[in-house]
Amino acid sequence: MTTTLPTVLVSTDWVAQHATDAGVRVVEVDVDTSAYDQGHIPGAVGWNWTTQLCDTLVRDIVPVKALEDLLGAAGIDNKTTIVLYGDNNNWFAAWAFWQLKIYGHDDVRIMDGGRKKWVAEGRELAKDAPQIQKKSYKAKTADTSLRAFLPEVQSAVAGKKAALVDVRSPDEFTGKILAPPGLPETCQRGGHIPGAKSIPWGKNCNDDGTFKSFDELKSMYAAQGVTGDQPVIAYCRIGERSSLTWFVLKHLLGFDDVKNYDGSWTEWGNLVGAAVEKP
Amino acid sequence: MFCVFRGFCVDRRPFMKPEDHSRRQVELAGWPVTIETYKLGEVYHCTIANVDPGARFARADGATKEEAESRAIEKATKYLAQTRRFPTA
Repeated sequence: MTTTLPTVLVSTDWVAQHATDAGVRVVEVDVDTSAYDQGHIPGAVGWNWTTQLCDTLVRDIVPVKALEDLLGAAGIDNKTTIVLYGDNNNWFAAWAFWQLKIYGHDDVRIMDGGRKKWVAEGRELAKDAPQIQKKSYKAKTADTSLRAFLPEVQSAVAGKKAALVDVRSPDEFTGKILAPPGLPETCQRGGHIPGAKSIPWGKNCNDDGTFKSFDELKSMYAAQGVTGDQPVIAYCRIGERSSLTWFVLKHLLGFDDVKNYDGSWTEWGNLVGAAVEKP
Repeated sequence: MFCVFRGFCVDRRPFMKPEDHSRRQVELAGWPVTIETYKLGEVYHCTIANVDPGARFARADGATKEEAESRAIEKATKYLAQTRRFPTA
């Protein structure tokens, strides 16, 4: 673990000064895929999580060739510093971060506070996409140690081999609702995976969208028995909120063995015969 | 510098600063939500997010703040009405 300022976070000030530097590419990834067009950080490119950060045929993360093409088209090569930011306190920025780490990109960072902080500070926005010179990108072999699949989660539940962290809202955890208010219901049953701890993703963040301090985060997770002494598996509904918690545990707190279960509740809550705990 | 896009006068200056930014919590259809609005160029942008977990699920633009917010609220109210509550006991 480290108690120093993580190198994976950059401030809005840093981005204002370096967004258009050679070797730096700022990328906006939002839940609301139209947000980029409403105005984005000058020089930033926008990625659509529904079409560019997933496999659009089968349910999976972005295929390696599609990722290489996406990065190359964004003017990113293997040495580029990628700075991600987005709405909802960086939900899908963290989703992109997680996938970029799976494919081995060295220098990926998140802008602390995300889009909310940038806009609240009244900083400049652009409506036009930047002119980009394409580059060539070669991804590394996917690091599956960052990702949990269903059999591993089932094994962890049966053998109590990992700390399961449910990062959804308390109402989703108890099964009172099947999806966040206003969003489509995407599961057949409500509740949570047996043995999971409820630690909503929002507890990682301050009101301005920045991440809480190392000490605050460490205390919060320790109070729930999540200390990094055993493997951790984070999940939510579709894997994006849990990628933010994965980022916190892996890169801000420095836990060794943390996985994002991106199948999450839309997989578990639709499985025939799967054990469900309520409330 | 200006052109008409989807009925709005769109400012094509390369960089603009958001103005008249506001953020408040209200209750819609029985759910607490956050309404965030700002003006960029000549267009007001409004987004509505649920308070917990904080997901943006409705947005709209308008020539005035009131217009953008009323359009977004109309959409949000419709979506929220479809969220069911289940017994947990």
